[in-house]
Parts: sequence; structure tokens; C-alpha cells
Amino acid sequence: MIHLAGIERTFLVGDEAVNALSNVNFTVRQGEYVAIMGPSGSGKSTLLNIIGLLDRPDKGIYTLENLNTTELTDDQRASMRRNKIGFVFQFFHLVPRLTAAENVELPMILADVDSATRKFRVQEALSSLGLSDRTKHRPDQLSGGQRQRVAIARATIMQPDVILADEPTGNLDRTSGIEVIRILEDLNHKGMTLIMVTHDPDLSKRAARRVQLADGNIATDTGGF
Amino acid sequence: MKTGDVIQFSAGALSGYPTRTFLMILAMAIGVASVILLTALGEGARRYVTNEFTSLGTYLLIVLPGRSETTGGPPPLLGQTPRDLTLEDALSLTRHSAIRRVAPITVGSAPVSWKHRDREVTVLGSTEALFEIRHLSMAQGKFIPAGDPTRGPAVCVIGYKLKRELFGNQSPLGQWVRIGERRFRVIGELAKKGQSLGLDMGDVVVVPVASAQTLFNTSSLFRILVQANGRDAVPRAKETILTAIRERHEGEDDVTVITQDALLSTFDRILKTMTLSVAGIAAISLSVAGILIMNVMLIAVSQRTSEVGLLKAIGAPNIQIIRLFLAESAILSLIGAGFGVILAFLGTWGLVRVFPRFPFTVPIWALCAAVFVALVTGLVFGVMPARRAAKLDPVQALSRR
Repeated sequence: MIHLAGIERTFLVGDEAVNALSNVNFTVRQGEYVAIMGPSGSGKSTLLNIIGLLDRPDKGIYTLENLNTTELTDDQRASMRRNKIGFVFQFFHLVPRLTAAENVELPMILADVDSATRKFRVQEALSSLGLSDRTKHRPDQLSGGQRQRVAIARATIMQPDVILADEPTGNLDRTSGIEVIRILEDLNHKGMTLIMVTHDPDLSKRAARRVQLADGNIATDTGGF
Repeated sequence: MKTGDVIQFSAGALSGYPTRTFLMILAMAIGVASVILLTALGEGARRYVTNEFTSLGTYLLIVLPGRSETTGGPPPLLGQTPRDLTLEDALSLTRHSAIRRVAPITVGSAPVSWKHRDREVTVLGSTEALFEIRHLSMAQGKFIPAGDPTRGPAVCVIGYKLKRELFGNQSPLGQWVRIGERRFRVIGELAKKGQSLGLDMGDVVVVPVASAQTLFNTSSLFRILVQANGRDAVPRAKETILTAIRERHEGEDDVTVITQDALLSTFDRILKTMTLSVAGIAAISLSVAGILIMNVMLIAVSQRTSEVGLLKAIGAPNIQIIRLFLAESAILSLIGAGFGVILAFLGTWGLVRVFPRFPFTVPIWALCAAVFVALVTGLVFGVMPARRAAKLDPVQALSRR
């Protein structure tokens, strides 16, 4: 379902060109649980951003669900992000002035879902994550674990095929970190593809497939082809 | 994204920063209010002048002795006139079809006394036609009676102010007053009418024109007021007057005819231009408000970078981001304009209380134009910040906390 062939991404740092990714070939099937690891600067976030259609590769072909995304316009990519991809970030990125429920509702507003359906699905999603008594709270009234659960509810509210998690536990204590990982794994069991960037070896061990990046290349891949 | 959702989202974003939002609305409100208020002032001035002219009389032509070139040059000064206007000139005009009424006027100043009270007032010599031409009305008694204008009975009509000062609460009717060297019987009192182009009709005494000429020992007229037979007859009346006077003055064009319409339309044009230019100056303050909106929206974009990044990550297309920020500017300008309109009406109300005689009104076109310009300003100056938000790289935007 996700297929990267010969992906290159170069950044200009000052006058110097830095190869964040060079000739990456990578395939993920529907329903996989992949942990991407590597030291900082190895290109794991860049890889995740390219898979999430937030960034474009300079070279190579990225196919998502048999669609060559490198040929899509910005709007088509936005539409794919809206319907097929859910992001979970290390810093949650909840809109501070909106309540938990409103934050979860946001992707559906963008997708033109009607108001009654929105309210129903928000309640459903938040109570399935144990947040039914926190719907009216703003992010600054929630604990870190609760915030990340709201963010997961937002990422999954459009029933995406892939969840991309960038250090989802990086800002959480151990207990709430484990809780968040369990939720993500739960979603994976229900059939969503889960790709998670982490540098916590304990977390990566839980994944069925582990990909190690080094200097913009895939060094090891336990489930490669 | 539905329009209602866009508005709700943007309004929510604005209420998240109340101080900034308040200041922007205030700037916009002041801009809109100043446009409306200054237009109201200009429009009020125009209406004031128009009213003054209308109270002069309708379809009025004024015949002045002396020739003034229509191409410019100084107005005729006293003494330049080769030939005076006479009562006979005035009377000769009455026989034409374009002319309804003719009132010859002689003006002078003389002491008026009754018993021991003495006042120096303007003495107006005229005929009964003046009553209709200048839309006078009587408080009591009668105006100067119709009759042969060349004969001057010793009667007079006094203004309300003069009556109050000479007679107090007593009835002046039938009393004899002394004007200059002669005695006149008071037959009427003019009702309060107010000022009309500089001459206070409360502070005059009106006598038959022949009596005034005898009083001031003159045979000339100050001017002749002519009322035309309707609006269409005004140009014809003007021609008639010029021809008739030329015949009587041995072929010389030595009078000037001013039509009220010409004066009125000139003043109207001048004051309209003035109103527009004042409104234009006020519009500068609107554009200042627009620049303020741009400035503050740019700050908003940089403050909410990660929010924009997030919106992109969850699938908002660029055009949607632009729409969200434009909606914010539009809401700001509209609310600002709304408060501006309220402010302007409060201001007009205050001005009306302070200057009750001045007809302040807010013209509808100015109201619509100000609100429209406010909205356009908000949108135009909102485009740049909105585009900047849409151009943000989501990866960069999200890498910040």
C-alpha cells in the first residue's frame, strides 16, 4: 500500500546540501506495525513527513494505495491527508483555544461532514478513549496523556488507513506513554497501518517490524523484502 | 468546509485574542465613523445653504443696477452704475407673461421712535408683492396694501424684534411711529421667520416704496426682486427683464440679473465637492485601519504557525487556509464598521443637540459606502497575511512547539 522507490530528499543548510534521505526503497503493507528508529539527523522524521504527504521528495516515486503521489497537486495531497492519513505528534499540536471535542471535530469540519454526525462521532471517539468527561476541557486543562489521547482521537476520526506517529510518547511519562502505545496498537489490531518514529528501544521492540535508519539510508529492516 | 464553519472558526480565533481584536475593531470603527460624520457635516452644510436659498423665495430673479461681466472681473461697485434702477423700471416689468410678481426694493437706515424709545433699524421700501415673493407671514395686522406704488401712504409694517423693543407687550397696531423725519401708522407685525441671507427680517420696518424714496430723498432702487411664472419661466423672465430694461435705458445693458437657481446650483456643486473631498480625507483613516489589520493579521499568522501547520497536516488545502484568515479580517472590518456606524449616529445626535439649526443628516450613500469600503479594506489588506499563512511549509510549521 505504501511504496517508496529511490526516494531522495536534500536540504540546504547554509551553502551546504545535506542529504536527509538518499535512495530509500521501502514498502509497507496494509495493517503493518512498523517502528522507525535511528539517531537524530538520520532522516526518520523526513521519511515520516514524506509518507504523510507533508513533504515532497526531490527524486523517486512514492505510491500510496496505487496512486503516484509525486504527480498530485497540493489540493489532491491535502485531500489524501484528510481522508487516508492520521498524524500523531510528539507535541500533540492541539489548537489551544478549542476544547477537546472541538479539536477532534476539526478534521470532519474540513471534510464537510454535517454537524449532527460530527457531534455523534466526536462523543463516540472520545468515550472510547476514556475521555467522555473531558470533552469540554481545553488542552491546558488536560494532562499530557489525555492530550495525546485527544490527538489520537483527532487523527483517527476520519478512519484513515495509516497512522503516522512521530515520537508519540516523547513528551509523556512512562505510564501514560504505555497507555498511549496500547491505544495505537489497539487501532493497529483493528486494521490500521501504524508507522511510528521512536528512539526508545523498549517501544520499538513491541513493533512487528523494525526499520533502522542511518545517514539517510535504511540500515536494517526486520520485515523488508 | 462550510461557510458557517468558516465563520465560527474565525470568530473563535478572534475571541481567543480579545485585546488585539478590540483594538482592531476600534481602529476600524473610528475610520468608518469619521467618514460618515464628516460626510454628514458636508451634507448638512449643503442642505443648510439650500434651505436658506429656498426661504429667499421661489423662482426668484434679482435685478441689480450695474453690469457685471459673466466672464469674471470684480462685481459692480457703487457709483460705477451709469444709470440707476427706478421705480418706473420695476413697474414696466409687471406687464410680461413670464413674470408673476415684481417687488422694487429701496433700503436705508433710519432711527425709528415711539414715545421715548428710539432704535436705528433697516428701512425696507417695497410693495405688497414682497410679501408673497419672500414668503413672509404676519403675526398680526396687515402687510402694505396693494395700490399705486408711486404713491406712498404713511403706513408701515414692523418686524417682531422691533415690535418687542418699541412696544413691549402692547399692541402696535394703529400707533404712530416716527421714522426719520416722517410719521407712519403701524398696520402690521411680521411673524418670526429668522434670517434670510444676512437680513434679519425681525429687525426691519417695511414702508411703501414711494414713502421710502421720499424718506431717503432718492429716486433709485436698491434692487428689484422678480418672481417668475414657474421654474420653466425663469430663463424667459431673465430675457424679458434684460430686454425691457435695455429699451428703457437707451440700449444699454446696465443691469445684472441673478437667478436663484444659478446661485443655488453653484453652491450645491461647491458643497458637494467639499463633502466628497472631506469624505476622501476621512477615507485615509480607513486605509490606516486597513494597514493595522494587515499588521495584526501578520502577527496572528506567525503566532499561530503551528496551528496552520496542523490544519495542513489534517488536510486543509491552501485555499481553505486563505479563506479562514480572510474571514477573520472580514469579520473584524464588519464588526468595526458596525461600531463605526453606531459611533457616527451618536456623534450626529450630539451635533444636532449642540447645533439644532444645522440640518445634520447621515446620507444613506455615505453609510453604505463607508461599510463597503471598510469590508474591502479588510479583505484587501487581509490577502497578504492569509497568503503568507497558506504558503507556510507544514513541516517547518509543525517542528515548532
